[in-house]
Amino acid sequence: MGRYLIRRTLFMVLVLWIISILTFLIFMKLPPGDPARRLAGKATNEQILAQIRENLGLNKPLPVQYARFAKGLIPWPGMWLNENVYYSWSNRVAVKDEIRKRLPVTAVLTLGAAFLWLLMGIPIGIISAVKRRSLADRAGMVFALIGVSAPTFWLGLVFLFIFYYKLGWAPAPGFEIRAPLWQEVRDGKFTLAWITLAITSAAFYVRIVRGNMLETLSEDYIRTARAKGLSERRVTYKHALRASLTPVVTILGLDIAGLLGGAVITETVFELPGLGAYAIERLNALDFPPVMGVTIVAAVFIVVANLIVDIIYASLDPRVRFT
Amino acid sequence: MPEPLLEVKDLRVHFPTDDGLVKAVDGVSFSIQPGETLGIVGESGSGKSVSSLTVMGLVTRKQADITGEVIFQGQDLLQLPVEEMRTIRGAKISMIFQDPMTSLHPYYRVGDQISEAIREHRDISKKEAFDQAVDMLDKVRISQPKQRARQYPHEFSGGMRQRAMIAMALSLNPDLLIADEPTTALDVTVQAQILDLIDKLKAEFNAAVIIITHDLGVVAEHCDNIEVMYAGKIAEYGRTDDIYYGPHHPYTWGLLNSIPHLGTETERLNPIRGLPPSLINVPPGCSFNPRCPYVFDRCVRDVPELIPEDGHHAAACHLSREDKERILHEEVLANR
Repeated sequence: MGRYLIRRTLFMVLVLWIISILTFLIFMKLPPGDPARRLAGKATNEQILAQIRENLGLNKPLPVQYARFAKGLIPWPGMWLNENVYYSWSNRVAVKDEIRKRLPVTAVLTLGAAFLWLLMGIPIGIISAVKRRSLADRAGMVFALIGVSAPTFWLGLVFLFIFYYKLGWAPAPGFEIRAPLWQEVRDGKFTLAWITLAITSAAFYVRIVRGNMLETLSEDYIRTARAKGLSERRVTYKHALRASLTPVVTILGLDIAGLLGGAVITETVFELPGLGAYAIERLNALDFPPVMGVTIVAAVFIVVANLIVDIIYASLDPRVRFT
Repeated sequence: MPEPLLEVKDLRVHFPTDDGLVKAVDGVSFSIQPGETLGIVGESGSGKSVSSLTVMGLVTRKQADITGEVIFQGQDLLQLPVEEMRTIRGAKISMIFQDPMTSLHPYYRVGDQISEAIREHRDISKKEAFDQAVDMLDKVRISQPKQRARQYPHEFSGGMRQRAMIAMALSLNPDLLIADEPTTALDVTVQAQILDLIDKLKAEFNAAVIIITHDLGVVAEHCDNIEVMYAGKIAEYGRTDDIYYGPHHPYTWGLLNSIPHLGTETERLNPIRGLPPSLINVPPGCSFNPRCPYVFDRCVRDVPELIPEDGHHAAACHLSREDKERILHEEVLANR
């Protein structure tokens, strides 16, 4: 286990390092034009440009420029996203502060939605599988089809149109972040976003749970459980469910991690000031330090979630070993 | 004749499918006495597993049209409510299956899986049930049963898993054990051990046993009576000796001739030609007629009945008794 964790951690560092290089090249090297000129605005002269290049280290060779940013990615107090390098080139706000402010918004959105989509997806999936070909199964499958097919931005706008614009049940989207988000949650600023994100994801979970459940119910060991004289309830909810839900843990972990890095579309539609909205806003300005910061934070969520999911999986399935 | 433990009368199990009605079991009758071992032999799709799963109540009216009677200790199991059937299944009739690799739940400890079966039928504590499970593992000769009970199925070999299945099946001291191809998935050396174990435990627990197999050779020394099934019907029924030394059905001849013999000159296997019929379109008359070398006009017209010739041994075949004896001696026994 110890060796396993060390190896996995080293591998994670490697992955993050590669991501940081790629991000640097894509956003510093690929965009045409001169970053200094973009920053300087229209009224400028050679002196100002030189000053900007000096300040941002843009006059140094590429590896040195990269090293300057890479240093800020070392997770150590004083180094991690240090304000001297990681600040917005447009408005000088520190990336660290923005992330600290916005991450809770994305986290509340993601975890609330995940709770809802599990609450919808798992029971509907189970009922669809157990009562296969019944009316309930067909209704569940129609729900899944709609949820999978409906794009988040479309469903979100439809909900806003109905529940905010027409019925007035939901508040106007968007808010300024003040420290705890309780007020916004209570005001229902998240509700439509949760439901939208939950429906589109739940549809996928319905299909997975149903498929796993159907597959498990036809396993030999389910026949053995029935042959023991166990009740159908016990066969379904103990023996079959345990085996069907274990793979769902993997998908759930990765989905949550993916959204924590920024639920871009949902945040944009509902004007939630989360990480995703931040990333999009800074990307449009070709504002490199925030882009680098958010990208790495999102990547860290993914690789760490991968490890956590693997560890949880091994603890749920006795056949899986750490190797 | 004492009261039979289990009497199956004219059992029919028909599965409605999109392609038509699959007559998996089509008019099967047999009985088994307490303490008896019955072998049910047939090819894949002959209805041997479906008939035993129906006896267990694991094929239900939801899936298939079931008619006939399954009388176990005086009760017709087909008429029992689901909840009452559950008190019999696993406790009075238990079953082990073909593939021990997949028959145990991969996520639960072996001992817990056995004690779960015990606790379903007996009102005892978890601890007592687990101790009983350990005892049962000891009885099926698994060494260090205490440690083994705490392990997961993937830590067991195939033979050990089948032993664990036997331990589970016998843990409630059933009156009838159904073994559905118990050795098919195992190595030859392990096969013999498992069958010997079933024999020994059968005596110890005083249970009747039904062994289902496609391999006549496997059951020869373990069964009192043998039932040969073909296309959902019983082709021949008799004492083990009748079936081995005086079979009267061309299908049984074919099965016996297809067993390879050590030390004979012929190198080629001697299979029954053709394939078993589709159970949706069973040939008219005798269902074996397309493959039978001795077919004559009556075989494609009338369904042969299973009539006991000497009070016990019966073969569903239109050939006259004299013809059967002649062919048996000239063509079947002579080849051994």
